[in-house]
Formats: sequence, C-alpha cells, structure tokens
Amino acid sequence: MIDTLRLTAEEASGLLERGEVSPAELHAAYLGAIEERDGELNAYLRTVAELDGEGVPIAFKDLISTRGVETTAGSRILSGYTPVFDATVATRCREAGLPLLGKTNMDEFAMGSSTENSGFGPTRNPWDPERVPGGSSGGSAAAVAAGLAPWALGSDTGGSVKQPAALCGVVGLRPTYGTVSRYGILAFASSLDQIGPLTKTVRDCALLYRTIAGRDPCDSTTVDLPGPVELPEGEDLRRVRIGLPRQMLELEGIEPGVARAVESALDLARELGAEVAECELPRSVEYGLPCYYLIAPAEASSNLARYDGVRYGLRVDEAWELDAMYERTRDAGFGDEPKRRIMLGTYALSAGYYEAYYGQAQKVRTLIRREHEAVFECFDLIASATSPTVAFPLGAKTQNPLAMYASDLLTIPSNLAGLPGLSIPCGLADALPVGLQLIGPQFSENLLFRAGHALEQALAFDAVPARLAGAAT
Amino acid sequence: MNRWEPVIGLEIHVHLKTRTKMFCACAVEYGAEPNTLTCPVCLGHPGTLPVPNARAVEWTVKLGLALGCEIAAHAVFHRKNYFYPDLAKGYQISQYDEPLCRDGRFLVPTAEGELEVGIVRAHLEEDAAKIVHVGGAGGRIGGADYSLVDYNRAGTPLVEIVTRPDLRSADDARRFLQLLRQTIVELGISDAEMEKGTLRADANISVRRAGDTGLRTRTELKNMNSFSFIARGIEAELARQVEVWESGGEVVQQTYDFHADTGALTARRTKEEAEDYRYFPEPDLVPLSPPPELVEPVRRQLPELPGARVGRLRADLDFEAATGLVTSGRDRLFEAVVAAGGEPRPTANVLMNQFATAGVDPAAVEADEFAKLIAARDRIPRDTFLRAVAESGRPGFAAEPYLAEAAISDTDALAPLVERVLAENPKQVASYRGGKEGVLGFFVGQVMRETRGKADPKVVNELVREKLRA
Ligand SMILES: [Zn+2]
Repeated sequence: MIDTLRLTAEEASGLLERGEVSPAELHAAYLGAIEERDGELNAYLRTVAELDGEGVPIAFKDLISTRGVETTAGSRILSGYTPVFDATVATRCREAGLPLLGKTNMDEFAMGSSTENSGFGPTRNPWDPERVPGGSSGGSAAAVAAGLAPWALGSDTGGSVKQPAALCGVVGLRPTYGTVSRYGILAFASSLDQIGPLTKTVRDCALLYRTIAGRDPCDSTTVDLPGPVELPEGEDLRRVRIGLPRQMLELEGIEPGVARAVESALDLARELGAEVAECELPRSVEYGLPCYYLIAPAEASSNLARYDGVRYGLRVDEAWELDAMYERTRDAGFGDEPKRRIMLGTYALSAGYYEAYYGQAQKVRTLIRREHEAVFECFDLIASATSPTVAFPLGAKTQNPLAMYASDLLTIPSNLAGLPGLSIPCGLADALPVGLQLIGPQFSENLLFRAGHALEQALAFDAVPARLAGAAT
Repeated sequence: MNRWEPVIGLEIHVHLKTRTKMFCACAVEYGAEPNTLTCPVCLGHPGTLPVPNARAVEWTVKLGLALGCEIAAHAVFHRKNYFYPDLAKGYQISQYDEPLCRDGRFLVPTAEGELEVGIVRAHLEEDAAKIVHVGGAGGRIGGADYSLVDYNRAGTPLVEIVTRPDLRSADDARRFLQLLRQTIVELGISDAEMEKGTLRADANISVRRAGDTGLRTRTELKNMNSFSFIARGIEAELARQVEVWESGGEVVQQTYDFHADTGALTARRTKEEAEDYRYFPEPDLVPLSPPPELVEPVRRQLPELPGARVGRLRADLDFEAATGLVTSGRDRLFEAVVAAGGEPRPTANVLMNQFATAGVDPAAVEADEFAKLIAARDRIPRDTFLRAVAESGRPGFAAEPYLAEAAISDTDALAPLVERVLAENPKQVASYRGGKEGVLGFFVGQVMRETRGKADPKVVNELVREKLRA
C-alpha cells in the first residue's frame, strides 16, 4: 500500500522511476485518500479522475486556470466557468508530466486567511477539524498535510501560501515577485499575487519551484531567473547571518507557544553555525498592514470588474436592464469579503482620495522596500514567526475582519517589498503546528532552500497530524 | 465693441494599422465577421494578461517625433475603470499622467504665415468593442430590443492626440487636421480615413472677446466624420456661443453632436454626476522606457514632413496650390517635374486638375516624360493632351508618340490649305471683306476640319487674317 500521509513527492518520484508503483496506482492512491478523508476536510472543490501525465500528481488552488476543468476562485460568481486555456504554471506542470488531482478550496478570490470565505464551504484543518487551515490557500495546505496530495500550488498575495503552510504544518514558498508567471491566475492584486508551492519537504518545494519558475512571454512582469534552482543538500548554516526584526519579536498578539517554538528553532540555527542577531524593521511592521489594505483592495476593485455577467459566469437578469443586471449579478455572486474590498479599493482610487490613500500607500511601499534592502546589507536572511497564532477555531474571527487581517501581519511586509519567503514547520504549540518564516533578498530562493533544508533536518518535525497518524498504516 | 475670438482645441484619435492588436496576437482587420478576431486576452477572460505590441509603441514614438514631442524616458500605462459591455475587462488600458509623447508643436502653413499648434500629448491606448443596438429608433440604446457586442475592435491600438487651444478659426482647424492626416498617412502608421473611422476628431470650443487672455466655458463637439463637417460644425457652434453671450446668457459646459444633413447641433444628455474613472497605474505592465537606441533611429529616418514641404513650395506657388499639392500627395511629383524643366504654375495647375480628375497615382509617374508633356501642352490637341495625362502612370509611358500628334503650326504647310479654302468659298470671302468679321471663325473651322483637328488654331487664325487682308 502507498502511505500517502508520509510519502514525499521526491519519494513518490523515486517509486515511479524504479517502477515500484505505476502512475495510475499513485494517482488512484491519492484519489482514494481524498475519498476517505476529504468528506471531513473539504480541501478539494473537485477532483480529476482521468490520469494525464506519468509523474507525481499535483493539486492546484482553484484560481489557476485549467483548460476544460471548472475554475471558480472559490466564488459563486464563477460557478460553471470552465477556462478555454491553461495558466502558464498549469502548462509547465503538464509538460513536466504532473497529472492533476483536482482543484483545491480557497477564500473567495484569495481574500481571507482562513478559507472560511469560500463560496463553497470552509476547509478544515487536518490537525484539528474544529480549526481553520489558514488561507487563502487553505485547501492546498490541508490537502498536503492530510496526504491528499503529495504537493500542491497555492497563491500568495499577503501571506496566502506561507500562513496556511504554517497552520497546517507543511512547507510553503512565496517566490520573488516576477519569477513565476501569473498568466491564467485569476487575479486578486496583480502587483502582489505570486504562485507558490506547498509541500511536505523543502526539497520538494525546490523541485516544484524549479518546474514552475522562469520568464513567461505572456506575463510582462516576469523575469529570467539569475541562475538554476538548486536542490538543497547541506545540513549546516555556517556563516549565514540571520536578522530577527525586533518589531516582529515584540509584536503584541504573538502567542507564547508560537514565540517559544520559533525561539527554539533559532537556537538550533545557532547550533548549525548561523549568526543570529536582532535587526530593525519599524516602518514595515507599523505601516505594512494599512499599506497592504489600500493597495490590494484598489487593484482588486479593478481586477474583479470583469465579473459582470456579460460574457461568462453567473448572470442575474430578470430586469433586462444593464445596470440592474450588473448590480444583481455582482450582489448575488460575490461574498461579503470581496464586496468589502471592492468598496475599500474603489474608495481608495476615487478622485479626491487617490493621493491621500492609494498614492500615499505606494510611497509607503517604496519605504518598506528600502527598509528591507537596508537590513540585507548586514544580514543574509530575516526570520520570524510566520503567523502570530496557531490555527484558530472556525468562526473565531469571521465577525471581526480586522482580527482576521492581523493574521498576515508578519507576512505582509516582505510581500509588499516583492521578496521571497519560505515557511517551514518548526514545532508544535498546544498540539498545533507553528511556522517559521525565512525571508531573503530578491532571487535568494536557493539560499532559502538551503537554510530551510538544514533547519528541517535538525528540527525533524513530524509532518503527519497526530490524529491521522494512527488511522493510516 | 470688440469682436469675438474663437478658441479651439482638438482631440484626435488615430487607429494604427498594426498587424495585431495592442495587447494580444489577434489580427486587426476591418469588416471581418463579428467576433472572429478575438482571444481570451481581448475578451477579458479571467487570468489573462496584456503584452504590449512593440510595433505600436514604435509607431507612436514616430508620430510623437513628427509632432515635435518629447518622448518620455518613462511612460506608464494606466487603467481607466468603468462598466460597459464594450469593455471586456471593466477597464481600458490607456495612458494618463505619464504619456509616451508630450509637449510638441505642429506648424501649419497658412496664407498669412505659419500657425503653431501646441501638442499637449500623444498617447497609446486600446479601443473598446463595438456595440450594435438592434430594433428601436436609429440604432440608439434607448428603445432597442437588444444589443450585440462585436469584440473584433476590442483591444485594437489607438493613439490619442490632444492639442492646445491654439486654433482661432474653423478653417484653421480643418487645415490643421488635413495636414496632420497627410503626415500620419505618410508615416505609414494609419490609413487615417475619417469616413472609415480610423481618424476621429472632437473639438473643444469657446469664444472670448478679442484681446482677452482668459478662457470662457467650453463645449465639446463630437460626431463629425469629414473635414468639411468639422469646419461647418465648429462654425455652427461658434455662432451659437456668440449668440448666447450676446443675448446676455451663459454658455454651459456640455457635449454637442453636429448633424451634417440639417446643420443642427444637439446637446447630449448630461450625466447627473461626473464620471470618475479611478485611473491607476496598470500593475500587469511594466513602465515603457523607449531607449535612445529605439528613438534615435526613428528620429533620423523621419521623412521631410508635409508642413515643411508646403513652406518650400511657397517659393514657386501661392498658398492654396502649395497646400493642395502636399495634402493630395502630389507635391513630390510636382517638384520632380519642375526639376525636369516643367514650369511651376502650369505644372501645379495640371496636377491639381486634369491629373487629379484622371485619378493617376503620382508615384507611378516618370517626371521627365511628364515635363515634356507640360511643355507641349499648347502645341498638341487638347484631346491628345488629356489622353496623355491619363496614361502617364502606365509603366513605360513615353511622351513622344503624343507629341508627334503635335498641332500643325507650320505656316508653309498650312498656307496652301488656307488659300484653297478661301478659293472654294468666294461668297464668304466677299462678306468678310464687306465688314462681317464673324465669318473668320468659319474659315478657321474649315481648316481645322481639313486637318482633323491637328492644326494649331492660333496659327490658322493668323494665316486666315493675313490672306484675307491681301
Ligand atoms: Zn485577442
């Protein structure tokens, strides 16, 4: 039997190469696991039964366009929408022979940090089904954690790969902005959206990043990688200088258990040879969140304008009158969070407010970028907790958007600066996983993988949720 | 009381004739079956991204240089947001405060000297789709049974040129537009045909007391699809504004349509609130930075522009003739013919009349041969001359055979014929000598008939008088 709970993508690839398992058997094993466990978790919105590819199967967050397979971005406004083309990342996975397992659940249009904002019901955390998996790539994170996919792709705008990776105890990478194509990704905030891998190990993460990264003629914001993606081997951190932003360490609202797990991971880093010292990111931490909540909704208000009922997706049209059709379609199709952000963003871009809000936020963003650059003059990496809390109970923050937004306080600053970030599980607090976030300068993915891999080996975190560990043998 | 001075600025849209659309690889074509030139990008499908057309950028730079503009080192595409079914994405990709070309000046030769028209900006954007309202009255949305959208036009490249309010008459506006059109056509970037809509112009119009420097409220005039309609539309709106002011009223900022058939102006319904397009920099595109390596060769390869050429022709010709030759694209032939020995005025006259009527392509004409034709125009029969002009664009055209049909002007050859005609008509000779000078024409006609029209009528006339006097 194939133990999908423990099997890494790299191991699965070995099984296939040695002919110990056929592609069909592997694919079927995951579909079987989904059948068995996803009724409870709701990580998948739909699965793909037919096998297309000879490699290790993969799951896609449901905002990655897949030709012929319904793609909804977790929104009812796109119910029944089937793309006529593949996103570039989907094409690259197809060319690498990775068969699609299915499309995973998400917060509607990637707006949220708990996957509760999905138009198709929340996803539950495999470590504790009463808790959220994080978001917005909660479906992809939960699927990997619960052995329902060997690896998966998510998208990260304000922390939507890193934060659910942390809450589900898996590895998640948000790549440098511009290294992975956004062509075919249903846009939330174009200047921030990046596709990233969610995996069981750092090496799997590097393998998947290698598959999807690189310039794409269809996305003018992409660039060539400065060099090949390296699979991490080393197990030490000698001469790696790690900065700990004081403002992140002292952040109000960091749970003690989270702080302790991060602290002990950093102790391990020191033992592996890293030089760890405090650094300063005062403006990034103070202004990151408000800056993000002007820029991202502004772009979203424009990106979501195309969902108007004219050409595809939902149309509510009893009145046969254009404005009424627009209003009713968008009222029925969008959930509360997209509506809230469309309103925020429309306001921020309005005549008379643009300079004070959107214009000002752009200036702050430049400031945040510079502040990070200054830190990297003295440090190779920045480390912090990925999320201030462990997975929280379903419904705990749905009535308080600001509390929900605070889940991304630690991931947002480096995202605004366009920097890559890796989250790896670094221990448990109250029997729930804690994530460690490593941030590097632009294009430093190889260093992130090397450091992440070394720490991962030293930490020896058991990525299988305890409650599932006994169930499958 | 001071007279009223018109203050006119123009906003011109030019459709570039690139092979493909502005942000996708769909073909740009007129008259194709609706919705056959579309793809996920220009249909605004979820997840699609724009990729700028490098040729369109280069052509806009070219046009900007021809308009004397500065080419921005850093130009930005913006999103202009509004909801309408002709806009698949819910926003139009355009340019806002950092256009590709800005601060130009375009010189328009006039009879009184050169008119300088300031160019505020020239920017690149994508066009919207075309909506057809079916049923109801007059193809308008009100009362239509349903509306259809044709996305073939969606995403086609469009350059918008905005002038300063430097024009002072409807005639100046027309001249400016004609010269601009000729410039665009010669740059090879657009057909710029108003009738086809590949060149559109809107006018911003106000009047003020001559001598005033401030500006009064302006109105916008749209829907004019020929040069003469533009001139007439502006005249009508100027007259309307003067009347409003003089009757103690106040001009209200509004948009008018000019109806060429009736000469009437109708105000468009005013929107209750001003449209807020929420412009912001297009995050799916990086800023355009046309490097000097791209701009400088384009600048060097700019042909001599029509305005400059009109100035040059003014040495030989009056203003109307010079402008006529340039804006009809016949000035280069004119200069070649003159260089080959053609007299300027007759050459211009023939090119603007008989040549134009015959519809000959000036580029196909051999100047040397044409110059021979011009030189012989009084010596050869008129029919022959017209035939030769009409044929002058044919490959291998030579003037020689037509010149051989030269009028017989040799006195020695014609004298015996004249004598014979007089001898055969003694009655008419007698009546001429008796004072009926009108009979002269009869003799000339007889001689012309005998030569089947080839005699030079002037010579015949002289000869007949001479013989009758004898
Ligand atoms: Zn297209």
